[in-house]
Amino acid sequence: MTAPHDEDIKQYVISVKVENRFGVLARVAGLFSARGYNIDSLAVSATEQEDVSVMTIVVRGNDRVIEQVKKQLNKLIDVIKVSDHSDMPTVERELVLVKVNAPPNKRPEIYQLGEIFRADIADISQKTITLGVKGDPDQVQNFIELLKPYGIKELMRTGRVSLLKE
Amino acid sequence: MKIKGAEIIVECLKKEKVECMFGYPGGVVIPIFHALHNAPFKFILTRHEQGAVHAADGYARASGKVGVVIATSGPGATNCVTGIATAHLDSVPLVVFTGQVTRQQIGNDAFQEVDSTGITRPITKHNYLVQDIKDLAGIIKEAFYIASTGRPGPVLIDVPVDISKGEHKFAYPDTVHIRSYKPVYEGHPGQIKKACQLIETSKRPVIYAGGGVVISNASKELREFVMKTQIPVTTTLLGLGVYPETDRLALEMLGMHGTYYANHAVNESDLLIAVGARFDDRVTGKISDFIPNAKVIHIDIDPASVSKTVPVDVPIVGDCRRVLTQMIEQIKAPKIDEWLAEIDRLKREHPLTYERNGDDRIKPQFVVEEIYRQTKGDAIICTEVGQNQMWAAQFYKYTQPRTFISSGGLGTMGYGFPAAIGAQLARPDKRVIDIAGDGSIQMNIQELIVAVQHRLPVIIAILNNGFLGMVRQWQQLFFDRRYSHTCIDFAPDFVKLAEAYGAEGIRIKTYDEVAPALQKALAITDRPIILDFIVSREENVYPMVPAGQSFKEIIMREMLA
Repeated sequence: MTAPHDEDIKQYVISVKVENRFGVLARVAGLFSARGYNIDSLAVSATEQEDVSVMTIVVRGNDRVIEQVKKQLNKLIDVIKVSDHSDMPTVERELVLVKVNAPPNKRPEIYQLGEIFRADIADISQKTITLGVKGDPDQVQNFIELLKPYGIKELMRTGRVSLLKE
Repeated sequence: MKIKGAEIIVECLKKEKVECMFGYPGGVVIPIFHALHNAPFKFILTRHEQGAVHAADGYARASGKVGVVIATSGPGATNCVTGIATAHLDSVPLVVFTGQVTRQQIGNDAFQEVDSTGITRPITKHNYLVQDIKDLAGIIKEAFYIASTGRPGPVLIDVPVDISKGEHKFAYPDTVHIRSYKPVYEGHPGQIKKACQLIETSKRPVIYAGGGVVISNASKELREFVMKTQIPVTTTLLGLGVYPETDRLALEMLGMHGTYYANHAVNESDLLIAVGARFDDRVTGKISDFIPNAKVIHIDIDPASVSKTVPVDVPIVGDCRRVLTQMIEQIKAPKIDEWLAEIDRLKREHPLTYERNGDDRIKPQFVVEEIYRQTKGDAIICTEVGQNQMWAAQFYKYTQPRTFISSGGLGTMGYGFPAAIGAQLARPDKRVIDIAGDGSIQMNIQELIVAVQHRLPVIIAILNNGFLGMVRQWQQLFFDRRYSHTCIDFAPDFVKLAEAYGAEGIRIKTYDEVAPALQKALAITDRPIILDFIVSREENVYPMVPAGQSFKEIIMREMLA
C-alpha cells in the first residue's frame, strides 16, 4: 500500500468508538502512521458512557486505503465501532483560539467581527486580543480568514467533533 | 487464599491445559520461572528467544493448539519480535509472556527496559501491559481466547516484575466477553446462495485454497466440496496439503514459483473461489493482469482481507469449515468437462521439471523428491526461506494439512529448524524434516542442542549450494549476475558441527548416496541428524513469475535451455 497520489485524495471524517483504556490512541494512530498518512485533526472525547471514548479523526487519503484502514480499525480489539462521517449528515463543532494583532485603532473592527461570530474575548493585552470561537469547521475557517489581515500571532484549533444527525 | 502473581500465571496455564511451553529466563522473570519449576507441563529451554517463539509457532501449526512462550524484558522481548511477526503474518495462535521492570520503573530507562507493548503493537493481534494483579488471570484468559479464535494470531502479555511478586487470590473466569470482538463464523445464507449460483453456471472455475483452510480444519470439507463439484484446486504455500497433490484435480501451488498449470488455470478462469487465502502479492503478481476474466468468490474469516487488493464479487465472511459445510448442502456440480480436459492437457504438457544431468553435483530438487519417496509422503516438512522453501513446496507432494510448515508471509530465514523442534514435540509420532539452505540453517543453529537434549530425531536436510541462493538467483536474472555478498562457501563443516552438538552428521555428494543417507537418518530415532547435501551451485527455482509482473511473463526452465 503506497501513500496516496494527489489526484484521488479526499478528506475523510472517521468516528471511532473505543474502550476508554490506555494504549488505544496509539493503536488507532498507528494504523494511519504505518501507511504514511498524516492525521489532520484528532479529538478524543468522553461520551455518555463512562468506559467509552470517541475519537474523531480527520485525515486525507484515497478511498481504497481509507476503506482498508477502517477495516483494520474494526479489527482492533479495543475498537467498538467505526463510522465514516465523510458523506453523512452530521453536526460538527470545533473550537479555535486566535491571538491577533490589535492596535487601538483596529480594536473596534475586531470586536465587531467577534460579535458576528459570537466569539468570546479570552484575553486582552497591550498589542493583542485573543478570541475564542466555536462553530462548525467552515465557520471557524471563515473567522480565521477574516482575522488574517490583522496579523495572527498564534492560532490553535481543537479539531472537530462530529455526531450523526438523527 | 492469596498466591503470588507468578503462581497465578502457572495456574492459568494449567487451566488452559498447556502441555508444552517454550522460553528463556532472565532477571525480571525469575519469579515466574520459580513458579514454573514445579509446573506439570513440559518446559523447553531454547538457546535464544527467537528460537523459543518459532518453536512455539511450529508446535501450534503442527497441533492446532496455542503456542506459549516466556521471555524476559528488554533483549528477551526484542529477540521475540521476529518470531511474533512471523506468527502474525501467518495467523498462528501464540501467547507470549514477557517480563517487564517494576511498574514504578517503567519509562525511566531502567536496566533491560523496553516498551514491549509499544514495539509489538503492529505485530500482535492484541497485547497487554498488566497494571494490576487483580486483572492478571482475566487478561490471560482473554489472551488465549483472542489468540485462538477468529483469525488467530499472537497475543503478548507484558508482566511487570512487581506484579509477578505480588499476591492476590486466584480465580479463573469461565467465560470471556469482549463486546468489541465478535468473530463471525457462519456464512451469510444469501451470500452462500449467490456463490453457489455463480459456481453452478461457471465454465472455468478454480478453487484457490490458503492457510485459512488449514487453520479452520476444513480440509475434509474442502475435499467433499471438490468431490461434489469436480472443480480443480490450487493452493497457496501455506495451504499445501489441504487437498491431496496426488489427485487429478490438484493444480498444486500457484504464484511466483507455482506450477505453470496452476497459474495458467487461474489466469484463464472465469470464476475464482478463494477459500481462506488473502491474494498475497507473491500469488497475484501484477494485480491488473491476475484474473482478467474471472468473477471472485472470497470466503474468509477476516473482513479486512476481503477486497483488499483484488475486488470481490461475492464475499462470504465466516469460518472456512462452516461456510464450506453450508455450501456442500446445496451446491450442484457445474458442467466443466471441457475445462477439465484443458487442465489435464496443461498438467501433461507443463509438468514441474529439473534436469538431472549437466553438473556432477546433485540437483536439489532430486533431494526433495527422494525425501518424499523415502518418507512415503508421511512426514512433516518444515522449511527455511528461499530456494529450499520453494523446492520443498514444489517437489514433495503434500496430501495432508499441517504437514507443511513454513514462514510464508514474513519469509523468516531461520524459522524452519526451531519450528521443526516445536512440530516434533507436538507430533512425536511423525518424522519431522527441516528442508534448509546453508544460509538459513546458520541463523538459528544454536537450537541444535535443544533437539539433542530432548532426543528429538529432527532431520535437517541442508541443500548446500554455498550461496544465499534465492537472492543469487535474482542477481543472476535481474542484476547483471553481480553476486554481491551472496556467496557463502566460506562455511562451517556441518558434519563436524553436528558431532560437536552430539547429533549425527552425514555429508552427501553423489546421487547414489542420497537414498542410503536418508534411510540411515530415518532409522535414527533418538537424536537429530544433519544431512549436508552438496548440491548444484547455481540451480534456479522455476517456473518464476518475476515480482510485480503477470503470468504472461512467466519464466520456464525450458525457455532458458
